[in-house]
Amino acid sequence: MNFKKLLLVVLVSFGLVFAGSCSIAKQKMIQVKGSDTLVNLVQILAEAYMEKNPKTPIAVLGGGSGTGIAALINGTCDIADHSRPWKEKEINLAKENDVEPRRFIIAVDGVSVIVNESNSVGDLSMDQVGAIYRGQIKNWKEVGGPDKPISLYGRQSNSGTYVFFQEHVLGKKNYSPDMKRMNGNAQIVEGVIQDKASIGYVGVGYVYDTKSGEVRKGLKVLKIANDANSPAYSPLDKAAVDAGKYPVARPLFQSTNGKPNGAILDFIKFETGPEGQNIVEREGFFTIGSSHITENKKNLK
Amino acid sequence: MNRMSFARLKESAIKAFFFTNGILAVLVLIGIFCLLLFTSVPAFREINIKEFLIDKNWNPTSPVKEEYGILSMIVSTFMVTLGALIIAVPLGIGVAAYLSDVAHWKVREIAKPIVEVLAGIPSVVIGFLGIVLFGPIIAGIFGVSHGLNAVNGSILLAIMALPTIISISEDSLNAVPRAYAEASLALGASRWQTLIRVRIPAALSGILASMMLGMGRAIGETMTVLMVTGNAPAFPKGFLSSIRTMTANIAIELGEVPYYTTHYYALFAIGLVLFIITFLVNLASDIILHKYQEREQ
Repeated sequence: MNFKKLLLVVLVSFGLVFAGSCSIAKQKMIQVKGSDTLVNLVQILAEAYMEKNPKTPIAVLGGGSGTGIAALINGTCDIADHSRPWKEKEINLAKENDVEPRRFIIAVDGVSVIVNESNSVGDLSMDQVGAIYRGQIKNWKEVGGPDKPISLYGRQSNSGTYVFFQEHVLGKKNYSPDMKRMNGNAQIVEGVIQDKASIGYVGVGYVYDTKSGEVRKGLKVLKIANDANSPAYSPLDKAAVDAGKYPVARPLFQSTNGKPNGAILDFIKFETGPEGQNIVEREGFFTIGSSHITENKKNLK
Repeated sequence: MNRMSFARLKESAIKAFFFTNGILAVLVLIGIFCLLLFTSVPAFREINIKEFLIDKNWNPTSPVKEEYGILSMIVSTFMVTLGALIIAVPLGIGVAAYLSDVAHWKVREIAKPIVEVLAGIPSVVIGFLGIVLFGPIIAGIFGVSHGLNAVNGSILLAIMALPTIISISEDSLNAVPRAYAEASLALGASRWQTLIRVRIPAALSGILASMMLGMGRAIGETMTVLMVTGNAPAFPKGFLSSIRTMTANIAIELGEVPYYTTHYYALFAIGLVLFIITFLVNLASDIILHKYQEREQ
């Protein structure tokens, strides 16, 4: 008698677990993966979206642009976040795997060049920043600063920011082998705050203190000039970035496999729509311009 | 009769079971070696093996020229390992001698478990300590602008190797027969002389083994060094420069590398080099152990 009861309980609970797992499997989870520059922003966008649509769970992971694109090609995520365009190699690999990437611009990032607050240097030209990171300028006094050897901070090679900076600022030349390869934006910020002779580059969202909304204590965001004769602009100057005057700005992307539909389409529309763009601005990134909106529309067809 | 053959069958079944277990460990090892070997061989279709080992520049994603030289990383790995041993060996043997010979038994009962708990701290936590605590201290002491360098890595690896060194050294000191120490003391030697000239030499095989195990840990450790050494791929100019070890390099690049490319195979080749180095360290420790054991007998 007792045994039968026990058996019944076991069977019923098995049935419940089984039914439960089935209903979870029916709900499709949207997997987003990629750029560390985007991971916080997309996480917040996803939370806002899920508040309105509690039936669509969204999981957001970092790992770097290369990791996200590789995951999209391998079919292990639905949306890839990336802060650089696809490489030729990746497009070919996608074709081999029958993946047809569609690209959407969801925000604009100013890569900010940061130094320690105690550094007297306030602005640099693109050429100077490039030469510093190539290892050709080794001391701060060569650019009008104190007599200290420059301590370089950058990202690891799986980062979209690493590739973007190499292409746009270093002129597709090698980084100095002395550059410290840090794990993420936050680590660069911490390193620069502690190191008086430092220079680093991070996504513009990372220079703010999350509580006060001001630039982090101990950090100075450099103004960058296109060349030695033109005026320098700060990435914190929104008007200048919108007008395209800040030289180190870049669009941030999401890619899907083929034309998105259903919940994925809805989520992308939310991100690029007015609500999403409000969040983008609040998180310290720049909203997308009209040329980006046209490009997004084209990719939705 | 029937009963007898059943017993025999049972016995041979048990024998076979233990034999399979024993052979499994060996098979896994051989399997790993073969996997590393076969996955690294394709790398040398495009890379000259001599350049791979002697060239100082590692830059497989360079837009200018791809370079696959791992000498800087080999030197870096040995630097942090050496630094860790310089710190951990004297300290570890000192603590072990204190625990086994000097400390009151109550102190020992409390201290030894604490030391062993130290071994269970995750490497990420120790790496974090290196960033927020040791980094600024090292920068201050040596007058450099930052603490992301080989010294920091060495200190953290020393912390991680210490529990192994202390625990095994203390055990082997305790295993030295009491008669040795009693004879020494009876001959008029002081406790210090007894410890240094009798007990530690008698326990030397265990102490050496503990050092080798600590060294193995230091060479293979990844997360901690990845977090605190700065990972600059330049050839190290000294203990105060940022370095990149072989393990850190594999961990950084394997997640992002396109599969089945030269870069991918080259990372496995680094793994093979690492495997051979740890194998040699273990072999050396085995030979040393045997030599000492023979001399003792």
